[in-house]
Amino acid sequence: MEKFTRITATACPLPAENIDTDQILPARYLKLPRKGEHGKVLFQDLRFDADGHERPDFPLNRAPWRNAKIIFGGRNFGGGSSREAAVYALFDYGIRCVIAPSFGDIFSQNATKNGLLTAVVTEADGGALTEALTQEPALGVTVDLGQQTIVCGDLHFHFTIDPARRTRLLNGWDDIDLTESFRSEINAFKAANLKQRPWTVPTQAT
Amino acid sequence: MSTPLTLFDKLWSSHEIVQRDGESLLWVDRHFVHEGSFHAFSRLAERGAAVAEPALTFGVADHYVPTRGRGKPIPNPEIARMVSQLDKNAADQNITLFGLKDRRQGIVHVVGPELGLTLPGLLIVCGDSHTSTHGAFGAYAFGIGASEVAHVLMTQTLWQKKPKRMRITVDGKLSEGLGAKDIALAIIANIGTDGASGHAIEFAGSAIRALSMEGRMTLCNMAIEAGGRCGIVAPDATTFDYLKSREFTPTGAAFDKAMQDWGELKSDAGANFDYEVSIDATAVAPFVTWGTSPEDALPIDASVPDPTLESNPERAKYIRGAIDYMGLAPGKKLTDIAIDRVFIGSCTNARIEDLRAAAAILANRVSKVPGLVSPGSSSVKRQAEEEGLDRLFRDAGLEWADSGCSMCVGINGDLVASGERCASTTNRNFRGRQGVGARTHIMSPAMVAAAAVSGHLADMRPLMARKS
Repeated sequence: MEKFTRITATACPLPAENIDTDQILPARYLKLPRKGEHGKVLFQDLRFDADGHERPDFPLNRAPWRNAKIIFGGRNFGGGSSREAAVYALFDYGIRCVIAPSFGDIFSQNATKNGLLTAVVTEADGGALTEALTQEPALGVTVDLGQQTIVCGDLHFHFTIDPARRTRLLNGWDDIDLTESFRSEINAFKAANLKQRPWTVPTQAT
Repeated sequence: MSTPLTLFDKLWSSHEIVQRDGESLLWVDRHFVHEGSFHAFSRLAERGAAVAEPALTFGVADHYVPTRGRGKPIPNPEIARMVSQLDKNAADQNITLFGLKDRRQGIVHVVGPELGLTLPGLLIVCGDSHTSTHGAFGAYAFGIGASEVAHVLMTQTLWQKKPKRMRITVDGKLSEGLGAKDIALAIIANIGTDGASGHAIEFAGSAIRALSMEGRMTLCNMAIEAGGRCGIVAPDATTFDYLKSREFTPTGAAFDKAMQDWGELKSDAGANFDYEVSIDATAVAPFVTWGTSPEDALPIDASVPDPTLESNPERAKYIRGAIDYMGLAPGKKLTDIAIDRVFIGSCTNARIEDLRAAAAILANRVSKVPGLVSPGSSSVKRQAEEEGLDRLFRDAGLEWADSGCSMCVGINGDLVASGERCASTTNRNFRGRQGVGARTHIMSPAMVAAAAVSGHLADMRPLMARKS
């Protein structure tokens, strides 16, 4: 997994509330295999009209934000469906960080497994960031995961993230290798569990 | 004396293997996979790994399966590939599969419980956010993404940070004809779609105890729409009665031991919750959604909100956007909203009790709009047919189809056309959820039936009264 330490990039504001994973990646693209091409259908129905033409009013279609690596979203960003392909779409498009006042839990978890940072900020700091980006759209935003800070022009504030997620992103760790290092503990748990809660293992009635 | 524990604390600690960096490695008792789990199986193949515990892993074909023409080849090659891919993955990994041709096939969150695979005290995961449904049995059940599905396949464990504990107490008696969906929408309208974010919700109170297992499943299903990590109801006599004689329910000595363990699955008196919410069941009305998020729910006698009356500018902007997408006008009475079609189905509201509630309103009436009824499972379908419910739906002019996720997510081809308005028993009224440009209003099965016979959103209560 790609590490996340610090980036400086343009940040595209998408401050609408409840941008769910169905909007990030519509369900009809869930069949796509993972080939690094999910970015093409990111926000498909928000970015493009029914004929496939770009909607000029959608922020990612505007000049300063077309190559944004950061998205600044609204409350409950990524709520809804557990589809990890929503994270693939953001990542493949080039997005490495989403900043929002709150996230769907499963979305955040999926993001962490793919090198995408989800940074939680207060509504007040979010409002100030929106204001700054509205006045100067091309303003670079620096997100530093080690320091847990966001700097944009004169603005400087902190964001929150679970410590374990932060560690994972900073190191680009693969969970499976980490888990296998606890193989003996897992085996011991399994044996004890089988004794204490034998009913948890399904057996078909005959 | 030991510290009083919540039900969730007990579920958590009984699955904890190790702790590290503020997270715990948890043992997974039950893992359900479906056609959409293919990314995880690809990951497995890339690593040359095998499924660690095939006996604890079950496959169900639901997301892409056709609801018509069963027994014939699937005409759309892409959809056929999704279904056969699951067949192959399950066969290669020795996973029991309830596939398209199995008489137990249905929606994973209906099938698990009805087969007795879902039990109190288990930790259950599936690559689907509505896995919260299984919490109705006092299980810790939650949805996960493809990376976590792959992790569970390979290790039968999962790293999780312990959520905070939340209790939603619903006391009092619901009005006649109202159900779990109304409670769920009342809660979400109250606390918002991120109201339970980071929390494990325990549903408690006399109105919850009075719910059937079907009702508890509907409620826990919708816990995810309140942002909750999971929804749980403590098991009781209703739960144990439901579990009796199910195909995979433990028997003999194992059952006796299980009953002993399940008796402990409740929050101790004085246990501490991080967040408490109380709802008065007597004040709950039939709810419908007007906008593009489940929190946009109002009692049926209300009107579409007016953004000019909203003090928060972001919220006002959101309301304007939602009204525009939904093709509504501020202040329009909800009962004046004409619909184009209805859908009765999904893991939220397609169990036998849901079909009975809808059929009771539709009996001897005709739907003014076309509609589709897709039972929650093939077993539910057979039972409904034994009870003659299929005839009531057909006589009312609705289509009676086979079981699957169908028009809730639309990926099997059951879609609502752009601009069309659908009254739906599903869980998400998101933009484009039922098809590009589709307009979804979510509500209970009885309310969908009332909308069908009225041609517009309608209160089902007068329709019930007239019958008796």
